[in-house]
Amino acid sequence: MRHIISIMLENEAGALSRVAGLFSARGYNIESLTVAPTEDATMSRMTIVTSGSDAVIEQISKQLNKLIEVVAMQDLSGGEHIERELMLVKMHAVGEAREEIKRMADIFNGRIIDVSDQTYTVELTGTSVQLDSFLQAFDRHLIVETVRTGASGIGCGQRILKL
Amino acid sequence: MELTGAEIAIRCLQEEEVEYVFGYPGGAVLYIYDALFTQDKVKHILVRHEQAAVHAADGYARSTDKVGVALVTSGPGVTNAVTGIATAYMDSIPMVIISGQVPTHMIGEDAFQEVDTVGITRPCVKHNFLVKDVNDIAVTIKKAFYLAKSGRPGPVLVDIPKDISLQKTTFSYPESVTIRSYNPAQKAEAGAVKQAVQLLLEAKRPMIYTGGGVILSDAAATLKELVHLLGFPCTSTLMGLGGFPETDKQFLGMLGMHGTLEANMATQHCDVLLAVGARFDDRVIGNVSHFNEIPRKIIHIDIDPASVSKRVQVDVALVGDVSHVLKDMLALLHSSRQKPDAAAIAPWWKQIGEWRARNSLAYKGSIEVIKPQFVVQKLYEITRGEAFVTSDVGQHQMWAAQYYKFDQPRRWINSGGLGTMGFGLPAAMGVQLAHPGDTVACVTGEGSIQMCIQELSTCKQYHLPIKVISLNNRYLGMVRQWQQFFHGNRYAESYMDALPDFVKLAEAYGHVGIKVEKPSEVEDALKEAFARKNDLVFMDFRTDPTENVFPMVPGGKGLSDVRLAEDE
Repeated sequence: MRHIISIMLENEAGALSRVAGLFSARGYNIESLTVAPTEDATMSRMTIVTSGSDAVIEQISKQLNKLIEVVAMQDLSGGEHIERELMLVKMHAVGEAREEIKRMADIFNGRIIDVSDQTYTVELTGTSVQLDSFLQAFDRHLIVETVRTGASGIGCGQRILKL
Repeated sequence: MELTGAEIAIRCLQEEEVEYVFGYPGGAVLYIYDALFTQDKVKHILVRHEQAAVHAADGYARSTDKVGVALVTSGPGVTNAVTGIATAYMDSIPMVIISGQVPTHMIGEDAFQEVDTVGITRPCVKHNFLVKDVNDIAVTIKKAFYLAKSGRPGPVLVDIPKDISLQKTTFSYPESVTIRSYNPAQKAEAGAVKQAVQLLLEAKRPMIYTGGGVILSDAAATLKELVHLLGFPCTSTLMGLGGFPETDKQFLGMLGMHGTLEANMATQHCDVLLAVGARFDDRVIGNVSHFNEIPRKIIHIDIDPASVSKRVQVDVALVGDVSHVLKDMLALLHSSRQKPDAAAIAPWWKQIGEWRARNSLAYKGSIEVIKPQFVVQKLYEITRGEAFVTSDVGQHQMWAAQYYKFDQPRRWINSGGLGTMGFGLPAAMGVQLAHPGDTVACVTGEGSIQMCIQELSTCKQYHLPIKVISLNNRYLGMVRQWQQFFHGNRYAESYMDALPDFVKLAEAYGHVGIKVEKPSEVEDALKEAFARKNDLVFMDFRTDPTENVFPMVPGGKGLSDVRLAEDE
């Protein structure tokens, strides 16, 4: 099953490779991993999307907690949460496709942020599944390149991960 | 007064009351060696290879309750040390390794003797640090000792670039440190302790299985009290030997791949299993699905939550320090109205007695050729079971574990998790330095000993009267045994040809060498060797090349799929 794990990490050189190294050394999946500093300069916030049986997810949580630089963590999938991912997709936009892409971008609440005579670049935010469906709505040959950030997640309401 | 980073590093070791540093100098640690030279509180032991420095620090730590310390230079100094660090990591041994690094402005430029030390050691340390500011040295070393010793112990590495070791600052050693993300549990949850005690009291076929955690937590006395109070059978992993007296009638011997029949059968067939500081390793439990075929309740005491339900799902998790948890269990048992019922478990003891009667450690003696088991038995008799015994890895390690009966903790020193050949001799150096007046024996083989043989030179320099018991069967015996059983007798590269004359070799290093070829000479040779209190004696026992280690649970099989010598 897919899990979204949120981690508060010491903002130190090497902390990221400790987390990434743990996943590769123990053979765990990483679907996506995203990390950036927080309002507290000593701390980074990381979101990892992974998958595995309950036993594997339990081990992942425990092994992450053993890392000295992991200050706090939470399996967001264990409760109500919001998940967002940003995608930039450059599309081959000539002829009829030009109108079609614009229409579809509107439906998905996307924005066209770069235009050339051959291409549109669409900015889209949503759950990973929503981004997938946007891409699936087009012929493969229309998609020139895609860049995705991987999911970021946060708990709903009083579900807070903080020191 | 301002001190250099190097002086601060040594002052920190003094503050930690470090007795010995095992190391090897080089370019990046020259200032640190300079600082060592101008003081005499911390003594340095010059090894002949960095792997041995770490193993010696490891042996020192295992035989005491202190943190072992090693000092190596950058680049090859570190890469040579990695095997030692990984060995300590797998067995959770508290250790601090200080390594030199190229100057900060050269990091990343592929400088001479540069290696990404923090990167290369990351998967085999509890934690590591690169110190980039001289003001951070003291607090980093304090953290390193704290992390190494607390919680589930392990090696911690501190990498100090050369320029940082030369810069100056004022020195103050912190009294204590806190790390906000790191709070290892001491006591287990009271509710879980209660549940565990209840399960134990209701057991009809109970079994206690203890591991290295008992030794690391210094919990042997408490364990003994609990096992005696309960009246239950007890077994130990390779790492836990000595945690419970092996000559006690409640002890069933070691379990696992080369465990006794009674220990393995009782572990497989029990209805309540209490695991104490052990981790259900593949060499212990064998095949997990086979193990799970028999329903039983499992209680697991471990300080590391990640060890709980990792390979085997447990019913009651007691996450805490073994010693604390056992004391809480004892207190609860003492105050409980319900007492252990000896009559209820009498049939279980009767069954165990039947397994025991099979005498699974029996072997065929010989008057023609020396049986390796016989050498270990004689070693046990002559040292009255009181020696510190280190070992290398292979058949000799298993025979030492099976036939030397350890009644005290911290006497059996071996590389259990990583299985590092070359561990025995350098580890014995650390043990001998920690216990100058005591008998230290290194049980090894002609394969393993040659992986760190250069340390005979270190032993000479520091007058370490270790007794090397080499069980020389002219084979990488354990490899040969697996090739015989599982690879159709194709002995690929397991024969040791062109061996040196070990007697002459020992003599060349300034030690005493004895060659023993007949069973009738074994006892006298051992007596003579151990009578030489001040000499390192290298004993080259020419043992039976065809002898195998039994009992044996083949890899991937279940605990009760055991092969006994008598099957042959």
